[in-house]
Amino acid sequence: MDFNFSEEQSMLRDTIASYLQDKYDFETRRKIVSSESGWRADYWKAFAEELGILGASFSEELGGLGGGALDNMIVMEEFGKALVIEPYLGTVIIGGGFLKHSGHTDAADHIASIVAGETTIAFAYAEAQGRYTLSDLKTTAKKDGSGWVLNGHKAVVVGAPFASHLIVTARTGGSQREASGVSVFLVDKHAKGVTTRDYPTVDGGRASEVYFDNVSIPADALIGAEGAGLPLVEKVVDEATAAVCAEGVGVMRKLHEGTLDYAKQRKQFGTAISNFQVLQHRMVDMFIELEQSVSMTYMATLKLGESDAERAKAVSSAKVRIGRALKFCGQSAIQIHGGMGMTDELAIGHYFKRGTIIEGLFGSVDHHLTRYERLSFDKAA
Amino acid sequence: MNLDFSPEDLAFREEVRAFIAENYPASLRAVQEEGEEMAKEDFLSWHRILAKKGWVAPAWPTEYGGPGWSSVQRYIWSEELARADAVPILPFGINMVGPVIYTFGTPEQKQRFLPPTLTGDIWWSQGYSEPGAGSDLASLKTKAERFTGDDGKEYYLVNGQKTWTTLAQHGDWIFCLVRTDPNAKIQEGISFLLIDMKSPGVTVRPIITLGGEHEVNEVWFENVKVPVENRIYEENKGWTCAKFLLAHERSGIAGVARSKRGIERIRQIAAEELADDGNPLIQDPLFRRKIAELEIDLTALEFTELRTLASEHAGKGPGPESSVLKIKGTEIQQRITELVLEASGNYGAPYFRGFPKEGGNALPIGPDHARRAAPTYFNVRKTSIYGGSNEIQRNIIAKMVLGL
Ligand SMILES: Cc1cc2nc3c(=O)[nH]c(=O)nc-3n(C[C@H](O)[C@H](O)[C@H](O)COP(=O)(O)OP(=O)(O)OC[C@H]3O[C@@H](n4cnc5c(N)ncnc54)[C@H](O)[C@@H]3O)c2cc1C
Ligand SMILES: Cc1cc2nc3c(=O)[nH]c(=O)nc-3n(C[C@H](O)[C@H](O)[C@H](O)COP(=O)(O)OP(=O)(O)OC[C@H]3O[C@@H](n4cnc5c(N)ncnc54)[C@H](O)[C@@H]3O)c2cc1C
Repeated sequence: MDFNFSEEQSMLRDTIASYLQDKYDFETRRKIVSSESGWRADYWKAFAEELGILGASFSEELGGLGGGALDNMIVMEEFGKALVIEPYLGTVIIGGGFLKHSGHTDAADHIASIVAGETTIAFAYAEAQGRYTLSDLKTTAKKDGSGWVLNGHKAVVVGAPFASHLIVTARTGGSQREASGVSVFLVDKHAKGVTTRDYPTVDGGRASEVYFDNVSIPADALIGAEGAGLPLVEKVVDEATAAVCAEGVGVMRKLHEGTLDYAKQRKQFGTAISNFQVLQHRMVDMFIELEQSVSMTYMATLKLGESDAERAKAVSSAKVRIGRALKFCGQSAIQIHGGMGMTDELAIGHYFKRGTIIEGLFGSVDHHLTRYERLSFDKAA
Repeated sequence: MNLDFSPEDLAFREEVRAFIAENYPASLRAVQEEGEEMAKEDFLSWHRILAKKGWVAPAWPTEYGGPGWSSVQRYIWSEELARADAVPILPFGINMVGPVIYTFGTPEQKQRFLPPTLTGDIWWSQGYSEPGAGSDLASLKTKAERFTGDDGKEYYLVNGQKTWTTLAQHGDWIFCLVRTDPNAKIQEGISFLLIDMKSPGVTVRPIITLGGEHEVNEVWFENVKVPVENRIYEENKGWTCAKFLLAHERSGIAGVARSKRGIERIRQIAAEELADDGNPLIQDPLFRRKIAELEIDLTALEFTELRTLASEHAGKGPGPESSVLKIKGTEIQQRITELVLEASGNYGAPYFRGFPKEGGNALPIGPDHARRAAPTYFNVRKTSIYGGSNEIQRNIIAKMVLGL
């Protein structure tokens, strides 16, 4: 057993950490978030060209650096620490994930374009009625000659304003919630008939409502098998969920660290408030939550390659733990900061906000608890 | 002991319910539903309607303009206000400084300040906290030095900074704790001053909070001249007023009636939202368990508050027991906002303040209840911090109730 990072992985972490420390401090991030575009395309280019991190998790055959899920974990944790807005999750982990698992004939070309920083992807999967159920789809793709015609509405598509392409889940058959009949498509966001309504999100990101109105897409837009896409969707969403757990760990580290620093320097009643035992114990509990979250993130990431059921159980258990930990650490951080914690000016509140969104991303605590129960009690069935 | 309301109380409930139905402005309902920041006039219009009716200050003695209601009637009143989702009456004048003035003020002060407080002609701000004095309120530094003016009258010269001052951007007057004797022990040497915010040298600067609101401010005093007659009670004895006021502040803070309404809303929302299995969320066993737990905790708080009300009625002022109400009341308020956010699912993420931008598409995104779910969740974290943080409340119970 070995929980150490390889030399390459340690280097990856150091490279990203020092880059973000120099170029993505909180004030810079604040400017990015409130800018017209909401992200930094030049940073994205730098991630591709200067740092080479966009290829870190792809195999060498696909033009990457030969890493995998652990590299994504490292990137996402560092991105969590700096509250990075740019769409690594949607583009590399989700877009790249679909392409590499699908065996699509053009996968290598698409991935090369991702690695080069040219293609950016957002994942259009959720619908207004579906909450966290991946198969609950009213969006349809109907056969039309050799290609398809897409119709529907996708809700809260994170990162869509910065995306060149969308990965879209749609029904090519079956009824609204059925497991079969789900297909996945890679769609040019600027294709005719695609409209978006863009808006900010509470954590400083951007998202869109995306509408498809008789959008013609070519035959090779299909990713994976027609009508049998759900297992692929579940696999990629599990990978994304594990990555988001890593981001949550990064967020939690900053919540904890920031709170310790503040408590040590804030004086009331003639002493640093870190001397009050009730606050000490709360910060200890934050530390325990953080350490448990790190463990669960490692566990889930290392099990991404196992059988579908094992992988799903591992990821759901991690997401439950991390969802709870984020809530506890976020709320505690604000409480211990007192009035200062409530201000927009301090970074701590922004970590709390991102943490809160991560809590619900790809399924709430209740969603994953239910999924875990189903997988661990209903196995015989 | 019995739980029944008397026939008189039930008739009273009918009367106030009818009054609210007839008089609560429809325009305010729209502002509330939009979830936008309320303008000064939005707060004041309902205040004025109630003032005219004589109902704006239920707890005040009749001689100062209170309606003479029993504690049970006051309780019914707050329930009916919450039931109607009425804009809250701001506490700073009615619940805080008003009682200080009629308890500790001179006849002239009562006459000068109580009537405009009732009518809403004075918007009060609370100037207690300072950057270095939050939980440790007594360490406040804002100075007030006495001097004789050119007109031969006595004044204080006030210098210092207050912070977290709620809605001070609208303030007419601010009640402040100031240090009048720097050499005394820290809880002595403090005085309770009323300061006209239009005085030269007063500056108000906004602080933006997590949900994007401009709700709190910094207030600076630079050589502000305050007539000595604006001091309530004795010089250097302001701490007595301060403590009296804080106990009043806490008893109003439980918010049982509003939380009841909040839970009703969660039930409504959960009936509209669909769970993962496609059925209404209200049928989801995990979610309904959380609502059930919340309701039970709220019932416990409600009966604790009723017991407190009953003993207050029997002549005892709000004591350290009000800390129990503050702690549990705010925790429940926070849990309600957590559940609303949870129920909103993916649509909890969009952020609307100041959006869509001018010229943008004005269609709403997601269900109405989701719009303010996250900002409200963030905003309501304040309730366990202000009014004496929940840690400080526990310290008070430990010391004053348990004798630790
Ligand atoms: C079933 C059992 C088996 C045991 N077996 C053994 C054994 O085989 N050999 C042996 O030597 N001992 C044994 N012990 C003793 C055990 O180690 C002590 O009970 C333990 O150290 C606590 O000491 P105490 O009981 O005197 O409690 P106290 O020290 O009096 O503590 C009382 C409470 O105060 C709290 N407290 C104390 N100090 C602080 C502080 N600074 N900050 C915050 N809270 C504080 C404690 O956490 C506890 O809640 C056993 C005890 C039990 C119950
Ligand atoms: C939205 C909002 C509105 C407000 N409105 C007003 C207003 O209108 N007028 C006004 O005067 N003030 C107002 N306040 C200020 C409020 O009363 C203070 O924020 C509060 O007293 C806490 O002080 P602090 O923020 O300085 O936190 P600190 O005192 O610095 O506390 C930080 C943390 O340490 C904990 N702590 C401190 N001392 C102890 C101790 N002895 N034991 C254990 N834990 C401790 C606290 O509980 C808290 O968790 C408002 C605050 C907020 C957030």
